[in-house]
Amino acid sequence: MVDAKIRIQQLSYAYAGEEALRNVTLDVQANAITALFGPAGGGKTTLLRLINRLNDLVEETSMRGSILLDGEDIYAPGTDVPELRRRVGMVFALPLPLPGTIRENVVCGPQLAGVRDWARLEEILERSLAQAALWNEVKDRLDSPAIALSGGQQQRLCIARSLALEPEVLLLDEPTSGLDPISTGKVEESLFELKQQYTIVIVPHSVQQAARVADYAAFFLMGELIEVQEGNQIFTTPRDQRTEDYVTGRFG
Amino acid sequence: MIDRFVAQRLGFALLILTALVVIMPILFVVGIIVAWGASAVNWEFLSAMPSDGMKAGGIFPTIIGTLLLMLGTAMASIPVGVGGAIYLAEYARDTWLTRAIRLAIVNLAGIPSVVYGLFGLGLFVLFLQFGTSIAAGALTLAIMTIPVIISTAEEALRAVPTEFRTIIASLGGTRWQGIQRVVLPQALPGIITGIILGLLRAAGETAPILFTVAAFYLPRLPQSPFDPTMALPYHLYVISTQVPGMPLEVQYGTALVLLTLVLSMNLVATVIRSYFRRRRQW
Repeated sequence: MVDAKIRIQQLSYAYAGEEALRNVTLDVQANAITALFGPAGGGKTTLLRLINRLNDLVEETSMRGSILLDGEDIYAPGTDVPELRRRVGMVFALPLPLPGTIRENVVCGPQLAGVRDWARLEEILERSLAQAALWNEVKDRLDSPAIALSGGQQQRLCIARSLALEPEVLLLDEPTSGLDPISTGKVEESLFELKQQYTIVIVPHSVQQAARVADYAAFFLMGELIEVQEGNQIFTTPRDQRTEDYVTGRFG
Repeated sequence: MIDRFVAQRLGFALLILTALVVIMPILFVVGIIVAWGASAVNWEFLSAMPSDGMKAGGIFPTIIGTLLLMLGTAMASIPVGVGGAIYLAEYARDTWLTRAIRLAIVNLAGIPSVVYGLFGLGLFVLFLQFGTSIAAGALTLAIMTIPVIISTAEEALRAVPTEFRTIIASLGGTRWQGIQRVVLPQALPGIITGIILGLLRAAGETAPILFTVAAFYLPRLPQSPFDPTMALPYHLYVISTQVPGMPLEVQYGTALVLLTLVLSMNLVATVIRSYFRRRRQW
């Protein structure tokens, strides 16, 4: 576990005195899907938002410990935060396209980064939509409003929007919570494709989804990382009683 | 005991009555002004200089004066108002300073307009030596307009969902990029409405221009921002109270022109708002 893509070290975090994460240490491997699961309020979303510093926007918080990306502390003074967020993309629980067309949504990130070359943007557009398994469905209406897409399509559009920046890490916060089973299947399939290229950290919306997609699964309970195991072992042979209680449906 | 349905009927009737009470004065005002003033309004009235001690001819310089004042007020108040609103809605944290700014805005909006007039006289006309001029009048009106623009624009900016800002941040955009790309375009209809409403209020005001810009009678149009000018609301006041023997239809005709100007701007604001609201995507 030496060459972990992301190393979270003794991380504690609190919102206005309310503890959200307690002494979490976790290595995230490259080119794999790491699933953070557990009951609500466990600190999973907070951890995701700390990895690309989105929680900088929240006031009155306190943090101890560190998060290393490729060995570098992302909270070190002088860190280029926009650049960090380009390297670490985020997909939110609620698919929310930006106002505008499908095309405008996908090329937004590269444009913010200063890409003006039209041909290059076209290339990014097609690649990202293809990676998110959406290209075939929208290629004939790239200039229609993004809001007209179905919920499942909107979520894949949001994934494509993040992929347009060619991030090294993709964070997904319950990306299928509002989707029907078929759309969920499509999103999960695209995750399997994407992990060849990206490091993926996902907060799945169910234990079943965690079991389906995870290469590594980490169980969080009330701000603490209870245990992490490779593959499906955590669901079949959990080491901790609390994990077993949760995955067998005794609570949560 | 009254039957419940009778009570409900009575309640409705009362409410409708109060609504009618609100509408009646507006209908009366507009009706009377149109009825008594329409005969005076023709092309000459709108395009000619006044003559015969303002009893004849037209009111052209007063219309031009009011439009110039509006232009100056807009140029001064829009950048400050919208900029201030962006600061308050997007950047400012809740500190004693921002609380003081907000308090000042609320209080500015409540100051009687004649006080603005005196303030403008002291600051722009005398201290800064602009003289009685369009510049002094427009700046005075701008100070009055800015609170209106700031508070409506801030409200419009805050109505744009936070999620859009979060998404832009997550895509590596800066806060300013988020404002430029998503927040401002989405808030624009609300901001424009606020601007027009603020300018409307300024357009009809007499007190702030009384000491700072308005002239009783000028034989020619203003040549520079530092010239005084005639203006519609002040002209209306003058011909209604200061000139003996003024024909009634000239007074009402002038009122009609002022009213039309203000109401048509109001209409533009409404059209813009409903147009953008239909195109909004959230």
